[in-house]
Amino acid sequence: MGSNAGALEPINETLGMYSQLFMLLAAMAYVVVFVFFALDLAKSNKTIAEMDAAALKEDEKLLVGAGVGSVSKMGRGRRGEEVRPDRVSEDIVSDKMNYTKLSANRPMARIAVALMWLAMLLHGFAVVSRAFAAHRVPWGNMYEFMTTGALVVSVVYLVVLFFKDLRFVGSFISGLVTLMLCSATIGFPTPVGHLVPALQSPWIVIHVSIAVAASALFAISFAMNVLQLIQHARMKRIATGQQDKLPFMRLVPGAGALENFAYRINTISFVMWTFTVIAGAIWAEAAWGRYWGWDPKEVWSFVIWVVYAGYLHARATGGWTGPRSAWLSIIGFLCVVFNFTIVNIFFNGLHSYAGV
Amino acid sequence: MAKNKRNAKNAGDAPALGFVGSMRWIWTQLTSMPTALFLLLLLAVAAVPGSIFPQRSANPEVVVQYLEQHPVAGPWLDKFQMFEVYSSVWFSAIYLLLFISLVGCILPRIKKHAKALRTPPPRTPAKMQRLPQYTSLEIIEGESDTPDDDQVIEDTYKILKKRGYRVERRKDATGRSVAAERGYIREIGNILFHVSLLGVLAAAGIGQSFGYGGQRVLVEGETFVNSLVAYDSFTPGSSFSADDLPGYSVKLDKFDIVFDRESKDYFGQPIDFTAHVQVRKDADSQPVEEELKVNKPLRINGADVYLVGNGYAPVVTVRDGKGNISYSGPLVSVPQDSVYTSLMVLKVPDASPEQLGFQGFLLPTAVIGEDNISRSADPNAINPLLQLNSFYGDLGLDSGNPQNVYVLDTDKMKELNNRNLKAGGISLAAGETYELPNNLGSITFDDLKRYVALDVNYDPGKLPIAIFAGLALLGLIVSMFTPRRRVWVKLINEDGKRKIEYALLARGEDPRLEREAVELQKIFDKAWPLASQEQDLGAVNG
Ligand code: HEM
Repeated sequence: MGSNAGALEPINETLGMYSQLFMLLAAMAYVVVFVFFALDLAKSNKTIAEMDAAALKEDEKLLVGAGVGSVSKMGRGRRGEEVRPDRVSEDIVSDKMNYTKLSANRPMARIAVALMWLAMLLHGFAVVSRAFAAHRVPWGNMYEFMTTGALVVSVVYLVVLFFKDLRFVGSFISGLVTLMLCSATIGFPTPVGHLVPALQSPWIVIHVSIAVAASALFAISFAMNVLQLIQHARMKRIATGQQDKLPFMRLVPGAGALENFAYRINTISFVMWTFTVIAGAIWAEAAWGRYWGWDPKEVWSFVIWVVYAGYLHARATGGWTGPRSAWLSIIGFLCVVFNFTIVNIFFNGLHSYAGV
Repeated sequence: MAKNKRNAKNAGDAPALGFVGSMRWIWTQLTSMPTALFLLLLLAVAAVPGSIFPQRSANPEVVVQYLEQHPVAGPWLDKFQMFEVYSSVWFSAIYLLLFISLVGCILPRIKKHAKALRTPPPRTPAKMQRLPQYTSLEIIEGESDTPDDDQVIEDTYKILKKRGYRVERRKDATGRSVAAERGYIREIGNILFHVSLLGVLAAAGIGQSFGYGGQRVLVEGETFVNSLVAYDSFTPGSSFSADDLPGYSVKLDKFDIVFDRESKDYFGQPIDFTAHVQVRKDADSQPVEEELKVNKPLRINGADVYLVGNGYAPVVTVRDGKGNISYSGPLVSVPQDSVYTSLMVLKVPDASPEQLGFQGFLLPTAVIGEDNISRSADPNAINPLLQLNSFYGDLGLDSGNPQNVYVLDTDKMKELNNRNLKAGGISLAAGETYELPNNLGSITFDDLKRYVALDVNYDPGKLPIAIFAGLALLGLIVSMFTPRRRVWVKLINEDGKRKIEYALLARGEDPRLEREAVELQKIFDKAWPLASQEQDLGAVNG
């Protein structure tokens, strides 16, 4: 920031209006995306049933033709045994989360992804135009944290889709993004403005952007951990011979794969969060005269850090695999959400610049 | 960890432990992973109340207020140190235990890793097929580049060395092999991380005990000379000595605020604060002009001066009933809203025959509303106006009890001026004088200045903390993202065919182990003529 604030460039109000308009359009587009992802889950139930039947038939042919030994590799459909959903799901979704032969049979998911690109571009325009309207980074108040954070979630997700088939969390992600955009526009409508002096620092670029990115990753691993718990419970039911009540979960990889994936994401986001806290302390030292003062925001950042540290320990050294460590990660994310909403809005502290 | 657990069990089984035994048992328990994990999670929970209840360290006034509003719960909460959570006995106990546990965990790990660093990679397993990433490749004989046994071993050695492994050639009953291990730095990173956490805590403690903090309000034109008497409030660390105060001085020439005048939504919101100051490093040096801003503290001789607040200081002169000047100077007022409507209180104990007291508001830009009441319409001083009530009698300053300078105790005073009295309230524009009723004196509004509130902070722990925090981050990244893994490559003779067998083993989380196996195969393929066989299924699609 220039030392002479009289020279702050004036706000471009027209561009600011366009930004708000596009944010609304993006929110509507995400709603449509959400619907298509949900349709995909519903429709895939049917597709999978058909594929099961086809696979069963093929197995029987093979068994008759070649004897049992040669098909034992995939462990699929030994004579007399019903095809177990988990077995087949191994075949239609990969535990490495790569694209499989089911991919071609998910037209709704393809439409959803294409629409999500459109929504993301509208959203991206809204965020970037706001930055240009204000001549600064677009994260200076609650409205901007939420809309920019949502954009990061959306972009990260779409990029990862190039490499991994994570369409099974599509409805969670598009739902989350929609929710964030709606609460930003309804809960914290904030016209474009200059930054208050306390925020005029290069650290806002670093500290906030890394915090937002880390939170986006925490959100993704949270989704994985929730699915892991559901998958775990479902597998237990199936193992005891009960009926599978959640057949769409067959689009989702196994509990172990989800757990590992969530863990890997959490290692990255934990490092980023550590950096966020350190950068925050450096900034606080420059702006408030102390690097750490147990301001409510600082308290909760610390709590989040400790909970995720606990999670990493529990898994790496404590031998807490399975649901137990998943719960820690879920609690961690709930703390992230709490820090971002309740603490910003209701707790009085130095961070109360949030524009609420 | 596992070893600790086993020890714990043995100790628990023993019938009589004795003192040393008991201590050892406690130590083993404390340094076990489940205890550490429990303490860690407990720490998270224990930190929460500090965000719910006001804390004395940050807002002592709010705590007082809270205690007044909650006469029943308040004292109980206070008993449990809910208003000073982070220096409370229980919070300290948790983190101290955690850090003791940490030390107990790190020391053996350092010892163990120091030994591992000096130990060659482990023995080649006899049955490599059992290892997670196993591949067997047949060497095609008779090609121009078919290697002999020595060549295979030598090439393998070089290949693995180049990929960062610590490598050792072996020859035993089952044949010739190469054993390799990499990623020792993972554990070093981990140890660095944990040691750095200890460093952060130690540096924070040292900084607190040798540092100090103070507050000072400085009006335009005034000079702050760093010494104990110059502070409005001062909090020394336990090992602080007044001789440590460097004798610098800061003079406030002018304080500027820029308000937003363009945006209709944020009209009047401050967008810049700049204090123009002259700094002398010590009594003998020349003053240097500097700018002090919110994100730009002055850093003088190790101490840091921060801009934390500002407001208006009207300059007034009060003459008493005898015509003597009994007060003259700037009076710090407290802004109450975004247009700087500012509360002011003036106590004039030296006035005679009666002590005088004033309280009221400064309106920087006074406008008269339809209801005939003046209010401020702008934060800048365009039409400054003082609106005061006055009192005479006993100010209550002689009782010896400390008094809040911003509160007038009117218990033993009589009202002199007030809108509801015949005399009315006092309304003074700049330069005007008002004669008090009953010949008790006069008050003059001479001038209007701005003031800044400064926080001065000296914390010798800052730099060490920054360094330790940086090291912790570095250690964390290294320990999270460098894989530690072992590779064994074996040359075997089977049915008259020469084969190369190799296997990989991860030590700790290693999602890329499979990729490494595929990578090695590619390199071997390039080095020698091979007919690939019997690969581990997983390796194909990695
Ligand atoms: C008594 C206290 C502690 C003990 C006994 C302990 C022990 C350990 C051990 C054995 C590891 C190695 C994990 C591995 O092999 O991968 C580890 C890693 C780690 N520790 Fe601690 N630690 C303690 C305290 C802490 C604290 C207070 C924090 C920070 C809040 C922390 C953060 C970490 C992190 C982030 C890792 C890396 C996790 C990983 O390697 O997967 N530790 N700790």
